[in-house]
Amino acid sequence: MASTVPHPDTAEPTRRDFLYVAAGAATVVGAGLAVWPLVDQMNPSADVLALASTDVNLAPIEMGQSVTIVWRSKPVFIRHRTADQVREAAGVPMSDLPDPQADSLRVKDGKAEWLILVGICTHLGCIPLGQKQTDSRGDFGGWFCPCHGSHYDGSGRIRKGPAPRNLEVPPYAFTGDTTIRIG
Amino acid sequence: MSAHGPRREYDNKILRWIEYRMPIFSTAEGIIGRDMPTPRNLNYWWSFGALLSIALGIQIVTGIVLAMHYIPASSMAFDSVEHIMRNVNYGWLLRYVHANGASLFFFVCYIHILRGLYYGSYKAPRELLWMIGVAIYVIMMATAFMGYVLPWGQMSFWAATVITNLFSAIPVIGDNLVTWLWGGFAVESPTLQRFFSLHYLLPFVIAGLVGLHIWALHVHGPSNPVGISPKGPQDLVPYHPYYTSKYLSVMGIFFIALFAFVFFEPNYMGHPDNYIPANPLVTPAHIVPEWYFLPFYAILRSVPDKLGGVILFGASIAILFVVPWLDTSRVRSARFRPIFKQFFWVFVAVGVALGYVGSQPAEGVMLHIGRILTVYYFAHFLLILPLVGWFERPKPLPESLGTPVLKPAGGAAE
Repeated sequence: MASTVPHPDTAEPTRRDFLYVAAGAATVVGAGLAVWPLVDQMNPSADVLALASTDVNLAPIEMGQSVTIVWRSKPVFIRHRTADQVREAAGVPMSDLPDPQADSLRVKDGKAEWLILVGICTHLGCIPLGQKQTDSRGDFGGWFCPCHGSHYDGSGRIRKGPAPRNLEVPPYAFTGDTTIRIG
Repeated sequence: MSAHGPRREYDNKILRWIEYRMPIFSTAEGIIGRDMPTPRNLNYWWSFGALLSIALGIQIVTGIVLAMHYIPASSMAFDSVEHIMRNVNYGWLLRYVHANGASLFFFVCYIHILRGLYYGSYKAPRELLWMIGVAIYVIMMATAFMGYVLPWGQMSFWAATVITNLFSAIPVIGDNLVTWLWGGFAVESPTLQRFFSLHYLLPFVIAGLVGLHIWALHVHGPSNPVGISPKGPQDLVPYHPYYTSKYLSVMGIFFIALFAFVFFEPNYMGHPDNYIPANPLVTPAHIVPEWYFLPFYAILRSVPDKLGGVILFGASIAILFVVPWLDTSRVRSARFRPIFKQFFWVFVAVGVALGYVGSQPAEGVMLHIGRILTVYYFAHFLLILPLVGWFERPKPLPESLGTPVLKPAGGAAE
């Protein structure tokens, strides 16, 4: 590099050194600007982002029943929990949870019977079993992921297995007594 | 490179005309012809490198024609593969050759890698040659994985989901990175389309790296079963016809094996669930990767922590890059390393056992066996290779490549 060789007359940087640095810096910025569209084209496109919210009517879902709906191409588990299930989920001591979170923080106030979860195992993205009556619900009465053996409890919290986090609660709000909008 | 002008005078006028303008024939003969001096004692294990280039050629040729019929969109991919199987003339043959060819490609590649490990082919001055080879292997894995996704069956879809989710273990940027890889919020059509694009591109990247691999190979020539360097012309024979004829006979066996699968058991390596169209809402009860990924899959699952599993999974492959520096012995060939030779075969057995564990559900005793094997896998590279090189007393090396053959009573006889 020219800048490391002292100028014969003075050790001060010369105007040529300045030009080298300025040209190099401009090249780096230009290359970054040119590469960004090539990188960003892989992110979700506008039409994918446009499907970001889904409305669901909860009224037909019986107590104790689970249904799966699709939001952003992902399965969302909706479970209408019985009073027993709610009590059991609320009663789990925090010390038993690898990813501690109270059941009350995973549901909306006054709507503890409605558990809404993204039905994707937080390990490597499989769909846990437990939505059908005949499915294995794992050791904790919630969901069980058959891929690598993660057990979730009745609040969708990880209890056993390789998954690092609880099943995600999607952003949603009650738009009426029995209707929600997810996303 | 020699000075200007032709490097060889050909009798044929056309050859001479071209050679004078661009010495392509003499260059080729210097790589795989009569001008390539090759150690006289190469055994059959050395033919797998040449086989690999044939396997790559088969994949590229069949892949290009399959791409003429395949449609990389989530709504049509599965049907287009069935269209290839049922309607396209010889489509079934081309697809089965491509699918089984990939499996055989990995089989040949594993033998090639194990040959390098057994005979110490990675040692100075061939470290860079070895590392380019490991890079080829890594890109091969990526290419095979993306190719497996293209039929868009259940196994395809869930393989794509699980493998891309490995990146979500990376702290902070993981989730955004996975969304970027997917081009959506799950594995969807954009994911399939980019996988198809890259699956088409990467084989040519591999071909380019093979060029570098062969270039590096020709700087110091191939290693050999004895592991000492050739001492002069008496230790060398021309590549053609000696090794071209030998490798062509091996190639015959390779094709017999390939077409035995293609014609009699074309789905033996596959999984029936992949003939069920991809369903993003149902994960098959038991998902397994293709056999050639099973040992690494077992390592991934043996760690109870997500990030830890992903790190070990990556490390189990990346560690191959530094093998030339982990092995402290200066003797190349295992023939003269009695202790290393035993550990080598234990390592092969551990690799096969890891593969078996990877094919079984991750629970109970299999999980524990997998953990022990994983520890041993890393111990082989990080403890056994450095320590055995240190403590082992190698057998005396022969004087020349010819000595073990010409004087079988010598210390080098096996």
